[in-house]
Amino acid sequence: MSAIEPVRPRDPRVPVSPQLAVRVALLGGIAMVFFALIFFRLWYLQVLTGEQYVHQADVNHTRDLPIAAPRGEIFDREGRSIVTSKTTNAVQIVPGLLPAGIYEQAAGYQKRLAAAEDARAAAGVRLAEYERSLERVPHPSAAQRAEHRSLERAAAAPRVAVPPLPRSATRLRALFTRLGRVIGLRPRTIDERVVQGMTATPYAHVTVKTDAGTGALTVLGERANEFPGVAQEPVSIRQYPFGELAAQVIGHVDEINGPELKLKAFRGVKAGTVVGQEGLEYYYDGYLRGRPGVQRIEVNAAGEPVASRLAPTLPQAGHSLKLTLDLGLQREAEKAMREGKANAQGQGKPANGGAFVAMDPRDGQILAIGSQPGFDPNRFAKPLTPAEYAALVGTGASAGPLDDKAENGAYPTGSTFKPITAMAALENGVISPGEGLGAGQCITVSTQEFCNAGHADYGPVGLVQALKVSSDTYFFEVGERAFSHGTVIQREAEKLGIGRHTGVDLPSEFGGVVPGPRWRVEQNKLELECEHRRHVSNCGIVLEPERVWSVGDNMHLAVGQGELLTDPLQMAVAYSTLANAYTHGGVGTVVTPHLGMEIDESNGSLRQTLSFPSHKVHLDPEDVNLVMEGIHEAASQPGGTSADVWAGWNQTQDPVFGKTGTAQHYEKEDQSWYMCYIGDPKRPLVLAVTVEQGGFGAETAAPIARLIASQYYHQQLKFVAGSSKTL
Amino acid sequence: MSPLSPITAPDTRAADAAAARGPRSAPFDPLLALAVAGLGVCSVLTLKSATRNLIPGSPDYYVQRQALYLGLGFVAMLALSRLDYSRLRHYMSLVYGALIFSILAVLAIGHSAKGATRAISFPLFSFQASELGKILLVLALAAFMVERARHVSERDTTIRVVLAALIPAMLVIAQPDLGSGLVYMVISYVLLFIAGTSWKQLAAIAALVAVAATFVLVAAPAAGVHVLKPYQSERLTAFLHPSSNPKKVGYQQLESKIAIGAGQKTGRSGAPQTSLNFVPEDQTDFIFAAVGEKYGFLGAGLVLLLFGLLISRTLRILVMSKDLFGSLIAAGIAGMLMFQVFVNVGMTIGIMPITGVTLPLVSYGGSSVITTMLAVGLLQSIYVQARASAALKGRVLRD
Repeated sequence: MSAIEPVRPRDPRVPVSPQLAVRVALLGGIAMVFFALIFFRLWYLQVLTGEQYVHQADVNHTRDLPIAAPRGEIFDREGRSIVTSKTTNAVQIVPGLLPAGIYEQAAGYQKRLAAAEDARAAAGVRLAEYERSLERVPHPSAAQRAEHRSLERAAAAPRVAVPPLPRSATRLRALFTRLGRVIGLRPRTIDERVVQGMTATPYAHVTVKTDAGTGALTVLGERANEFPGVAQEPVSIRQYPFGELAAQVIGHVDEINGPELKLKAFRGVKAGTVVGQEGLEYYYDGYLRGRPGVQRIEVNAAGEPVASRLAPTLPQAGHSLKLTLDLGLQREAEKAMREGKANAQGQGKPANGGAFVAMDPRDGQILAIGSQPGFDPNRFAKPLTPAEYAALVGTGASAGPLDDKAENGAYPTGSTFKPITAMAALENGVISPGEGLGAGQCITVSTQEFCNAGHADYGPVGLVQALKVSSDTYFFEVGERAFSHGTVIQREAEKLGIGRHTGVDLPSEFGGVVPGPRWRVEQNKLELECEHRRHVSNCGIVLEPERVWSVGDNMHLAVGQGELLTDPLQMAVAYSTLANAYTHGGVGTVVTPHLGMEIDESNGSLRQTLSFPSHKVHLDPEDVNLVMEGIHEAASQPGGTSADVWAGWNQTQDPVFGKTGTAQHYEKEDQSWYMCYIGDPKRPLVLAVTVEQGGFGAETAAPIARLIASQYYHQQLKFVAGSSKTL
Repeated sequence: MSPLSPITAPDTRAADAAAARGPRSAPFDPLLALAVAGLGVCSVLTLKSATRNLIPGSPDYYVQRQALYLGLGFVAMLALSRLDYSRLRHYMSLVYGALIFSILAVLAIGHSAKGATRAISFPLFSFQASELGKILLVLALAAFMVERARHVSERDTTIRVVLAALIPAMLVIAQPDLGSGLVYMVISYVLLFIAGTSWKQLAAIAALVAVAATFVLVAAPAAGVHVLKPYQSERLTAFLHPSSNPKKVGYQQLESKIAIGAGQKTGRSGAPQTSLNFVPEDQTDFIFAAVGEKYGFLGAGLVLLLFGLLISRTLRILVMSKDLFGSLIAAGIAGMLMFQVFVNVGMTIGIMPITGVTLPLVSYGGSSVITTMLAVGLLQSIYVQARASAALKGRVLRD
């Protein structure tokens, strides 16, 4: 049957059979259904969910590059600048504009990196397995340990070499050679930096040199057409114009690293941002850092930047930080430390390190603080070699220059602890002040002898005299008596501010240890657990884990020896508490030492005054007076341990309350300590000075303290080594 | 609805006179021409944005060439519309022979692009035989069915038509050009459908196709025999789960959807998805993504409306044709256009598999543009002949 019927004559209409009509209508109907489907789908994609696709498209074709914010400056209390940010032109490479070859090389490098990372991950898995299997072996053999070491090496982060430039990239090689001659770098070094930079932050310009010098920059600028792909971009560089000055507390800056990115303090900080790494730079990083701007660039599907540059979001400069530090005093104090150390070294003592704190006892403002040996934080502006870094950090037993000994030192204090023992004994009725104790060169408890330094015999002395001459036998006896009163010394130390965090505005403060019976029990437990876990005969936490807190331990603590561990800052807080109680009828303010004073806007106007909490402790005014009288006599009366150090000092104007200390260490030269309070009614000061392996307190630390005080009170700068050989 | 014109003696002079009178006397179907011209303009505008970064240094390469193809095609369309298509019926064997020969020639001497051998290179252009083959197949099958008009319901006829389409379809699928092969099959099916093949036989063919598709896509690969290239069957099934492997097969479709979605109601200035080449082949198979991104729902809707006009005019011409041959040619062309538009647009919006068919007249490419223009030329010829014949018989044709 035909689809189209024969045409009937005289029919004016188009001849269409019913069957054809139905089928054409069906075809048209199918078309309508499909059109409807497509329209509905388009409506859904473009109108109902379009927003979401706009976002996806943006993610696709734009990349955000950070623009570093200028970091806030740091000033001393007078507004003198201590840390600045200098803007300089860095020499950068724009990979997309270089002659051919660099992308191939970068791809090769990335391939190598990926392979190395895979190998590392696999080694990590094998290492974990091996360690599990070793746990069951109590004494691994040498071969097993060697295997373990080699696995550890394989599982460590690999060093991946940049592959050589492709042979065909002659123009690129010539360019790097030319550039290297101008900025003083080997062509290979430039090449490596470019490839590594491209891998670390794709799309961004790669900085090959930050401090090229004006001459080189001028050459590059004038002959730009000879250096395709070489650009200059202003970058902000952190500068520490005073070098070693207070380097440990100021800290330094560096690009944020992997573990730091996960820290709460750095939430929202993007990789590549420069953040504070230590000290105040770290502690106040949130203020100093500012907010980076964003340069949004457009890329095509291959990830290559497209020429159009969109308007950037400008960075917000960081706030500046005003410190309580007194730049003049700080410089003089560091000079005094060096002089004291040199003097001790002249007498054959190693005197290799030390620390000092100068603090206003009323509110805890730190006027000067330092730790030696020092280092120049400007060194961190360039990458350090692992060896250089290791030298700065130090090795296990001895901390390097990076360590701030003033608040992280962990020392016994020697006799500078005696005023605390005295306060404890008086407050708790262990002794009465007039009672004569400590007669003879030594006292004997059970079978052990406890002697004065140099076997001196001060006869039976009262409290004031005992402090003045620093009688060890007196305080040994106090320690012996206090033992039966429980933990009076420990509690007093804590009350005054020792053995706990002071709350100073620095990141890595040491908590300290005031040893007592409970502490000993805990340490023994730790030691036994460790021995059990590691199958060793001793972990080194406690040598005799069965021993309990003894009267001998208490006697050592009474003279600031034994297992006492604290640092100059905690001692400064304790002496400040005593000084505050002394001047306020027994009400002692325990201050929070601090360095931050104000946060200012980048234009200098005040944004926020920093405040730090303090609390008050109540002491018997008479007891405080006795202790202060003792240490005043020690610093001012003939026969006092540091009286000769302060010879010629105007004691009526600026009375000195000072105590020497000499902490003994096993197989090492003694550690020199000096603590003092200078009772100037308008500008009181607490000084803490210690010199490792510096000898007696009076001969090294005390003269340094005097030099610092002289600077502060405008008295004669004079280094007078004391003659007292007391501990 | 037009009023009936007075009936006069049917003579050619009257017909000529009628053709020369008033707006109805246009030498071709103006609405069809409008749809074609509109789509051509859309093509050029979209290519201008979508291809500006495709060849560094010559942002207008594609635009200029496409304009040239459209111009050439328009001339070819006009020329063809002046011919009487019905004469082509006598060259059936020649046309079919040319179809098979050109496809074999491509397989023998064609040049390869992107893993497929689909075109023969000539000094100034390359010729994609499978595109022109669509028209040749329509003509040959239509002529064959007119010959068998009295036996159209016979199973023998149906089998011969199916075979006649399957041979070239298999040959182009081997190139591999799956899209054109499917177009060939659709053309033959629509021809059978319009010619009046019984529902039973149509249903049987549909069932056979379903069984074959299952075999090719599921059973044979499971048995280790790959009738299609793996990428082809992956593409055919990827649209069912586009995000399962966005980096490979699903990538193109996902990026295409992002581009179209981001166009929102009125389009996105700059059209970054397509102009920065995130959507591969956005000048050819995926040009609708570029339309959707650059001009939004309004622009995409306009293009669809133009296609709606094109297809509705084709169906109208099918009905008004003076003879069965013309109707069947129009039917084949309608099937070709509908399949290509729906499959192409459907794949860019994620509701159809990726099969590599072009969007007629809008996708960049000389073979595709000129083939479509020739098809439109045939439609115009059918229209002109139908009007002339009607005038001759004293009837009035509704447009």
